[in-house]
Amino acid sequence: MSDKIKFTIDDVEIEAEAGQTIMQAADAAGVYIPRLCAKNSLTPHGSCRVCTVKVNGRSQASCTQPVAPGAKVESETEEIKAYRKSLVEMLFVEGNHYCMFCEKSGNCELQAVAYRLGIDAPKHEYLFPARDVDASHPEIFIDRNRCILCGRCVRASKELDKKNVFQFIGRGIHKQVAVNADAKLSDTDLAGVDVAASSCPVGAILRKRVGFAIPVGQRLYDAQPIGSDIEANRTDK
Amino acid sequence: MNENLEAVIREICQKYANDSARMMDIVRDVQSSMGGVSKAAMKAIADAVGVAQVEVESVVTFYAFLSPESKGKVVIRLCNDFIDRMFGADRVAETFEKEFGIKFGETTADGLVTLEYTPCIGMCDQPPAALINDKVVTWLSTDMASRIAKAIKADGNIDKLNLPNGDGNNSHELVNSMVHNNLREKSDLIFADFEPGAGLKNAIAETPVEVIKNVKASRLRGRGGAGFPTGMKWEFTRGAEGDEKYVLCNADEGEPGTFKDRVILTEAPDLMFEGMTVAGYAIGAKTGVVYLRGEYQYLTAFLNDVLQKRRDAGLLGKNILGKSGFDFDIRIQMGAGAYICGEETALISSCEGLRGDPKNRPPFPAQKGYLGKPTSVNNVETFCAVAKIMEKGAPWFAQKGSQGSAGLKLFSVSGDCKKPGVYELPFGTTVKELLVKVGAEDAIAVQVGGACGITVAPSSFDEKICYDHLATGGSVMVFGPGRDLLELAHSFMEFFEEESCGYCTPCRVGNTLLKRRLEYVMAGKGSPEDLVYMETLGNTIRNTSRCGLGQTSANPVLTTLQNFRSLYEGKVKPSKDGQLASFDLNQAVGLSESIVGRKSIHHHD
Repeated sequence: MSDKIKFTIDDVEIEAEAGQTIMQAADAAGVYIPRLCAKNSLTPHGSCRVCTVKVNGRSQASCTQPVAPGAKVESETEEIKAYRKSLVEMLFVEGNHYCMFCEKSGNCELQAVAYRLGIDAPKHEYLFPARDVDASHPEIFIDRNRCILCGRCVRASKELDKKNVFQFIGRGIHKQVAVNADAKLSDTDLAGVDVAASSCPVGAILRKRVGFAIPVGQRLYDAQPIGSDIEANRTDK
Repeated sequence: MNENLEAVIREICQKYANDSARMMDIVRDVQSSMGGVSKAAMKAIADAVGVAQVEVESVVTFYAFLSPESKGKVVIRLCNDFIDRMFGADRVAETFEKEFGIKFGETTADGLVTLEYTPCIGMCDQPPAALINDKVVTWLSTDMASRIAKAIKADGNIDKLNLPNGDGNNSHELVNSMVHNNLREKSDLIFADFEPGAGLKNAIAETPVEVIKNVKASRLRGRGGAGFPTGMKWEFTRGAEGDEKYVLCNADEGEPGTFKDRVILTEAPDLMFEGMTVAGYAIGAKTGVVYLRGEYQYLTAFLNDVLQKRRDAGLLGKNILGKSGFDFDIRIQMGAGAYICGEETALISSCEGLRGDPKNRPPFPAQKGYLGKPTSVNNVETFCAVAKIMEKGAPWFAQKGSQGSAGLKLFSVSGDCKKPGVYELPFGTTVKELLVKVGAEDAIAVQVGGACGITVAPSSFDEKICYDHLATGGSVMVFGPGRDLLELAHSFMEFFEEESCGYCTPCRVGNTLLKRRLEYVMAGKGSPEDLVYMETLGNTIRNTSRCGLGQTSANPVLTTLQNFRSLYEGKVKPSKDGQLASFDLNQAVGLSESIVGRKSIHHHD
């Protein structure tokens, strides 16, 4: 019995395995849906909402929504593109993001998605929150100014490293990532080789002393926009 | 000291079998015995139940009634929702501040008293109201506030406040509360005479499948507001695979302006427990959990007593009513101050001892809910209706109400009306009919459905209250001449900003942005573009948020923009110089001016 499911994204027919999410099926077919909290090796989080699509007219996060036979998925419509821009802009104004002197610039997924969506400056008001930096750990530092609360570090630590170094505390606009200690990252069992230490899509959790090892101009998204790797798999070209 | 802390915490954790799923009970107990849950306490709890310290911190920092820092021996939480402020909460706040010599948010130096604000505590029919530890005080005047403050200062004992008791079971020795029912209109459903067991007897005479068929035939839909057909929810839960199943009762009545569940819990708890037991039979569950909002702690001893009486009468426990193999029991799970926990998957998270974050769907609770097992979550009032449907039959219920909204509904009416309180009325009642009943014919606006509902203008008062027109879980707030509806919208936005769990971007960030832009407009610093911005932002929040909170949190702005647009238009003016009026250039250059010590060339005097 074939478990193949057929549905469309922006009228392109996609073939998927039963049990796949819309994002997984789209990736496999070479259709890129912008995302920030989603990462292949981790349980879908559904928090950034950047991957929002419409499924038969209803908004859903494509990273958590399973494929359904015959579903009509809209992704690159003007309406959805506007939502995505607004969401990414929210993430920029919520924290303090200074791309021009951030070590992550060029490798940063937030920056890359913003460029891909055509964002030049946020339309929202900057919130300029006061946030902490924790440089206590010998190999890794946290700059919460740049955190977008995607939860990748939380999930990577728990699911892949089998530790519990990171977790969310607080709620609403005061929500932040805390570490499993009274105060400092150096008091946790985080090791430099942990997946959690390299799972951050932005410059919030960074490795020390390698920030500029790869010069600007030769970085991941300097040559090609984010999502190009996925689009290289496009099956219906 | 530290040894003592560890011993106390060990004992508390043992009381809950060192089960991390009982984290809510554990941290609540620690909070009440130690005044807070310190980092040392978090560590001790984590060690006892076998989770990471930061997991405990994650829970403690989520709920408003829990705190890492130590609170006063007496915590006064004054409700500062819009209705309470209409009736003098601000003056009461001033009195408390003067009496204790501290501001709200502070604790007295001797550690006796903490003053805090809290959103709706389910007492909008008797405002202003406050919680003093677990005790509810209502209809507060400045005199009364002053008297209470003096009594607390005298001996720190809140049991000696000498407050009068309210009506009905509020005077029951296990309740002892000054809360009033304000039950204004009863019909033959929830508050009619009921013999415990009457519905259950009929239910167990049928097969579980027949019970579900009956609930479907009654056309009962969820009373919490979303209106999902109850019978269908039960059918999914019954049909889902799982070695265990659960029945959860949503008694986290937190929608501003709603208090009908409070009156049910006080006057008709048997009916609710009976409905839960019927659900247990129908879906094949052995355990029911009532998730009771922290604000209603004062009812727990009474409710536990009712549960015990039902066990003694064979209505709970093993082989219920002699039916072999029908085992079901109920426990009460306390919340700790989080509106989001009224969302069914957040409620499940909280019951599991986690932050009250909603879960991703699918899977739906019917497939994978509490502890990963098939679960049906229903509202207090829904369970009551079920018990009554079992007693009187599905057709009796189905012929009441309107086409798509069968049955009667409890409405909690508050605000500018002569008779605030609870009304049991058929679905399909118009706003106008309701206003006549409550004595508020001069209303300038009616908020139907709570903070997440609709601000209805007089031109729509002929509309029907039911699932297909004006939907509500019961909240109806009335506003008379002179009330500022932009202030109303703002107070709701403050509420959502405070109550967002923060999980998803649009709700966490969007609500703050929306509230801020509204503030600019209210301050006369808005331009017409700001109204367009608010609509666009509101729609983004509505269409991209992960759960019902975010999907409705922009409604205060969106529905007032739609129904009372002239109020906004009167506040905004087109910009003259091409800059948004909300942009304050002097403020923008202020910090750099202070650093360099001279005025910027851009500074306008």
